[in-house]
Amino acid sequence: MKIVMAIIKPFKLDEVRDALTSLGIHGLTVTEVRGYGRQKGHTEIYRGAEYAVSFLPKVKIEVAVPSDHVERVIGAIVGAAKTGQIGDGKIFVMSLEHAVRIRTGEADADAL
Amino acid sequence: MTFAHPVRAGLIATAAGLAAMVGFADMALAQATAAAPALVPNKGDTAWMLICAALVLMMSVPGLALFYGGLVRAKNMASILTQVFAIVSLAGVVWVLFGYSLAFTGGDGALTPYIGGLGKALLRGVDANSTVPTFSNGVVIPEFAYLVFQMTFAMITPALIVGAFAERIKFAAVFVFVLLWLVVVYFPIAHWVWFVPAPDDVAAAAKALAAAADGAAKTAAQAKLDEVTSGAGWLAASGALDFAGGTVVHINAGIAGLVGALIVGKRVGYGKDLMPPHALTMTMIGASLLWVGWFGFNAGSNLEANGTTALAFVNTMVATAGAALSWLLAEWAHKGKPSLLGICSGAVAGLVAVTPAAGFAGPIGALVLGLIVSPVCLFFVSTVKNTFRYDDALDVFGIHCVGGIIGALGTGILVNPALGGVGITDYANFAGNNAGTYDVATQMLAQGKAVLATLVWSGVGSAILFKIIDLVIGLRPSVDAEREGLDITDHGERAYNM
Repeated sequence: MKIVMAIIKPFKLDEVRDALTSLGIHGLTVTEVRGYGRQKGHTEIYRGAEYAVSFLPKVKIEVAVPSDHVERVIGAIVGAAKTGQIGDGKIFVMSLEHAVRIRTGEADADAL
Repeated sequence: MTFAHPVRAGLIATAAGLAAMVGFADMALAQATAAAPALVPNKGDTAWMLICAALVLMMSVPGLALFYGGLVRAKNMASILTQVFAIVSLAGVVWVLFGYSLAFTGGDGALTPYIGGLGKALLRGVDANSTVPTFSNGVVIPEFAYLVFQMTFAMITPALIVGAFAERIKFAAVFVFVLLWLVVVYFPIAHWVWFVPAPDDVAAAAKALAAAADGAAKTAAQAKLDEVTSGAGWLAASGALDFAGGTVVHINAGIAGLVGALIVGKRVGYGKDLMPPHALTMTMIGASLLWVGWFGFNAGSNLEANGTTALAFVNTMVATAGAALSWLLAEWAHKGKPSLLGICSGAVAGLVAVTPAAGFAGPIGALVLGLIVSPVCLFFVSTVKNTFRYDDALDVFGIHCVGGIIGALGTGILVNPALGGVGITDYANFAGNNAGTYDVATQMLAQGKAVLATLVWSGVGSAILFKIIDLVIGLRPSVDAEREGLDITDHGERAYNM
C-alpha cells in the first residue's frame, strides 16, 4: 500500500477529485496549506507599503491506494492538476504499513 | 403682534431668514427684533438637523469602526471595534454632563475666548423650547438639535485618534486618555473655533459700522462691534474659516494620533512582520458609510436647510469623487496597480479636505481641492512615513492631519469669489469687518493661525496626557499580550470564531 500525497493549486481540487473518482478511488483527505517552491511568492501593496508574500495558498491531498494503483493515480493527478505554469505543485509517494477501517475493524487492502 | 400659533411663527421666522439670505437684511433684522421673544424654529430645519446628527453618528459606528477594523489584523479586530464604540459612548455621556457647556457657553470674563463655563452643565436651562441662532440672521433651531448634532462631532473626533496607535495600546489607557483629551483639548478648541454667542448681533453691528458716516459714529459702531464679538472664541473672532471642522476635528485628531504613535511606540515586529489589512471588504463598507454620513457632517454644519446647505452637500460629493480618483490614479501610475484600499483612502482624504471648505468653496474649487489632496496624502502615508519610520498604523496623521491642513489652507484660497467661492459673509469674518471683501493675505494668515494653534495645543496637550497615563496606568500591553492579540488579552473574546 502507498500514500500518494499531492500539493496542488486550490482551484484544481475538483478536477483532481473527479479524475480520481473515475479511477474508482473513493476516499480522499484534503488540507488547506501554505508553502512555496519555484513559484516563490508575490507582492502586495497597501497604501504604498509593499509586502512580499512568500507563502502561497495550496491544497494538499492524501490518498491511500494499493501499490499497483499508484502509477494510475499519479497519472490522473498530473493530468487533472497540470496547467503548465510554475506553481502546479508536486506529488510525493510514501509506503503505508498498515490501515484499519474504524467502523468494521477491516484491515489493510480491505480497509482502503 | 404676537405669535400665538407656533407654526405661523415658524413660517414668519423662515420668511425672515429667507429675506436675510437674499439680502434684505434690514427687513429681516426689523422682523427679528420685533419677533425676538417668539423666534420659533422651522420644522424643516429641525428635522434636517436631527437627521444630520444621526448621520454623523453613523460615521463613527459603524462607519469608522469598520473602516479601521478592516485595516488591522484579525487578532485585533474586536479591540479596535470596542475602542471606537466605547469612545463614542463616553463622549456622549461627558457631553451632556459638562462638555456642551464647556464648548458652547460663554466663560468667565477674560477666559471666555478660550473656554466656556459650567453654566449649562447637566444641560441646566436647556429645554425643548430653547433655541440657538444659525448663520442666517433671525433663524433659530432647537437647542436640543444643535446640542446633539455637536455631540456627534465630539464622539467621532477622539475615535479618529485611535487608528494611529491601533493594535498596541491597553484599552484602559485609551479610555482614560479620551476622557482627559476631550476636556483638555477638544472642548477648548471647539470653543475657540465655533463659539459665537450672538451672530445676529454681530451681523447687525457690522452693518451699522459699514453704514456709519463720520469718525465719531464709526468709533461708536466699532466699539459696539468689539463688544458683541468679545464673547466669541478667539479663532472665530480672528476670522479663521472652518465650515465643518477641518481644524477642530481632523487636524486636531491627526496630530494627537501622531503624538500618540510616537509615544506609544511601534508595534512589535513593525518593519519585519507582515501586517496587511485583514478585511478590505469591511474597510470599503466603512469608507462608504463615512461618505454617506459625511453629508450630515458637512451639509449639516450649515445648521439649517437652505442653498448653502445644498452647496456644502454638492462640494462633499464632488471633492470626494475627485480625491478617490486621484489617489487611485496616482497609485496606479506609481505602483502599477489601481487598488481598492487606495480608492477608499482617497475618498476619506477628500472628505477630510472638503470639510473646512464645504460651505465656502464653489463646486469646481472643491473638485480641485479633492484632486490635489490625495497625491499629497499618499506621499505622506508611503514615502514620509517610511522615511521617518513612525508607526502611524492606520494613517491618522497622513490622511486626517495632512488632509485637514490642505483643506484648511485651501479654504482660505477657494472662498475667493473670483474662484467660485462664496466670499466672506457677515458672520464669518467679523473681526476685520470685511464682509463682502476678500484679501488673500489676510485670509491665509487667519487660516494659518488656526492650523498652528490647533497643532500646538493638541500636539502638546496630547503629549502631556500620554506621558501622564504612561506613568499612572501604562500605555502598552506586554509583548506577549500584543503578539497574542488584544482581542483575547484585553477583551477576552475573538472577533471571529471560525
